[in-house]
Amino acid sequence: MPVTVEIPKERWTGSIREVTLGATAEQGGTRAKTVTVGGETTLPFLHFEGEMPHTPIVGIEVQDSYPADWSPVLLAAWGDVLNDPAAWAKKAEEIGADVIMLKVRGADADGNATSPEQAAAVIQSVLQATGLPIIVRGPGQAELDNKLLVAVAEAAPGERLALGLCEDKNYRTIVAAALAHDHLVVASSPIDVNLAKQLNILISDMRLPLERVLMDPTTGALGYGIEYSYSVMERLRVAALTGDGMTQQPMVCFVGEESWRQKESRTAEGVPAEWGDIEKRGITWEIATATALLESGADIVVLRHPETVDVVHETISKLMAH
Amino acid sequence: MALSGLQIYKLLPKTNCKDCGYPTCLAFAMKLAAKQASLDDCPHVSAEAKEALSAASAPPIRLVKVGTGAREFQVGNETVMFRHEKTFFHHPGLALRVKDTEDAGAVAEKVKMVNDYSVERVGIEMTFNAIAIENASGDPGTYADAVKAVRSQTALPFVLMSDDVDALKAALDVEGDHKPVLYAATVDNWEAMAGLAKGKQVSLAVRSQDGLDELADLATKLGDAGVEALVLDPGSRDLGESLAQVTQLRRLALKKNLRLLGHPIIAFAGEVADTEEGEIVATTQFIAKYAGIIVMDRFDPAVAYPLLTLRLNIYTDPQKPISVDPGIYDFNNPTADSPLMTTTNFSLTYFSVAGELDGSGIPSWLLICDAEGMSVLTAWAAGKFDAETIAKAVKTFNAGDKLSHKKIILPGHVAVLSGELEEELPGWEILVGPREAVDLPAYLKQL
Repeated sequence: MPVTVEIPKERWTGSIREVTLGATAEQGGTRAKTVTVGGETTLPFLHFEGEMPHTPIVGIEVQDSYPADWSPVLLAAWGDVLNDPAAWAKKAEEIGADVIMLKVRGADADGNATSPEQAAAVIQSVLQATGLPIIVRGPGQAELDNKLLVAVAEAAPGERLALGLCEDKNYRTIVAAALAHDHLVVASSPIDVNLAKQLNILISDMRLPLERVLMDPTTGALGYGIEYSYSVMERLRVAALTGDGMTQQPMVCFVGEESWRQKESRTAEGVPAEWGDIEKRGITWEIATATALLESGADIVVLRHPETVDVVHETISKLMAH
Repeated sequence: MALSGLQIYKLLPKTNCKDCGYPTCLAFAMKLAAKQASLDDCPHVSAEAKEALSAASAPPIRLVKVGTGAREFQVGNETVMFRHEKTFFHHPGLALRVKDTEDAGAVAEKVKMVNDYSVERVGIEMTFNAIAIENASGDPGTYADAVKAVRSQTALPFVLMSDDVDALKAALDVEGDHKPVLYAATVDNWEAMAGLAKGKQVSLAVRSQDGLDELADLATKLGDAGVEALVLDPGSRDLGESLAQVTQLRRLALKKNLRLLGHPIIAFAGEVADTEEGEIVATTQFIAKYAGIIVMDRFDPAVAYPLLTLRLNIYTDPQKPISVDPGIYDFNNPTADSPLMTTTNFSLTYFSVAGELDGSGIPSWLLICDAEGMSVLTAWAAGKFDAETIAKAVKTFNAGDKLSHKKIILPGHVAVLSGELEEELPGWEILVGPREAVDLPAYLKQL
């Protein structure tokens, strides 16, 4: 007698909000196109059970000045464009970025502090160089972020940039800037479901529509806390699909920054022979981190190495085919 | 259906004899319900109760042992869909595939590489687990020779791959008692495969060519034929479809209690992808999502190390971060004049700092505080690595007795604790070190 297995499907009641980055000329910006993420009604890539109306996307990180502290593998892969954020952004678009993530550092390689005017100038030059939507991050220190990101927001009104990091320490300023100049925010919380939820509530209380909020649950790289990010993202996604309205934001993971930070992706000499070739090791580190986090719910992965970009694009298209 | 603790208790002798090692029958019943104890531990349970209970208390995904001796590994016995619900228990075994059509010298080289590969992370040795040998020649004699040759080169367990029962029989004859996994029973050969696996008491993989219905059908037939230890290959070689299949299998076993599909899964990363990068992606997916054995076609240390690290991370118990014992550790034969640093007992933190101190050649002391296995910033945020914790560790481990000075170096990330620590440790000078371990050697040199 033939056996028939009933495919087990969860009956999810919630869905992820759709968030659109960027604005075209018609919409009050200058982007050649916009990109929408979110909308899922099931866990990542489980097409037998629900919808994933928008494909997860790949961002490429661009910095406002030469990243002298980057892994030699990355410096070699990108070459001269690292000296010019506009050229760098253009190159990133050419090699397949869906969005640009512009990181405004607090200081250049020589230690000169970045002024708000310089931050405003750099966003304008990157906007001119690429037609892609842009995520902009400050140096990651709340006060400095406020100063620089407000200048960026003012310099690009109506562009629907995603401003980050918007944390519990500085969300008022960042959200106010997003409201005043028509942008989005990246709500960032330290690997904790309740803190992520609370920040979304605070942001929403300031009347920024949740359709303009991306969520960054904090990325831990492979070997450096990926299991915490992986599980918090799974918990957030399950909560969202179960109907918890304050966890239903699309998630962004800064995979490149975390994967290329540590010894394993930076050091060729004086490490065990079992670690193998530095270039392949570093790229594998980034591919594995990105893949695992996509499988746990990332809607945007921001990467650094051009090869990883190709591999992750192909992975996403395979996982979306059905 | 799984029984509750109270339902199980009703079937036990209720004598509280403690022969099972638990104080009462109820306590034992609760452990059984939580699948943390085995019914075999109760010597007095009645035959009827045993039958009722073993049906209900068997793990939803059967444990399968692969290989023998020091390199034996176990897969299966998983109890959750998400690691945050409890934990994932048994690391998926990673295997490298070789074929009996490859040059013997090339095979020997690959086998040696995998056999010898061992890489340490946070004090844990990580290795590959098996060699898969495929009968690509189609000839039983060639296959048996290849299996025999590889067995002379390694003690690693084997996955023996052929659809030809005669080839597997020939291989088993030379393989002896090493408990390989046979791959695979299919609609065409299952009866003969069942006979072989049962006769040799080895686990048998079953491959469906047509989805889960065929898999369930085959698994039922093999079960009826008396083969108990199965490994499932649901068949798809598409990345997305594989994800759907393994998720469905895990759900059927855990949520629907479908025993006949409650077996570990074998996945073929090299068949899902045609590039090395694609194989990395597929292996990553199978580690995160539900495979018990993952067969790869390529081996490179630069790939193996990240993937073994991922496996370690995903299979770390979320309730128990990997930690080291609190105490004072010494590096490069320190003296009473050597500097003293402190940090938390999170393994990764300890090993990052220890690696740098060791490598610097500078004699030094490291005081490890009990921060419940959390990293510096996490522990600080959670109130587990504060001035009180550090002062307590200084006193508990008599740090002052080892030193001629009274100076302690804090991690840069918790510079904010300096003031409080001065109050907690009167007479001590509090120094602030670098934020990252990698900057320690330079810091110590200028100290």
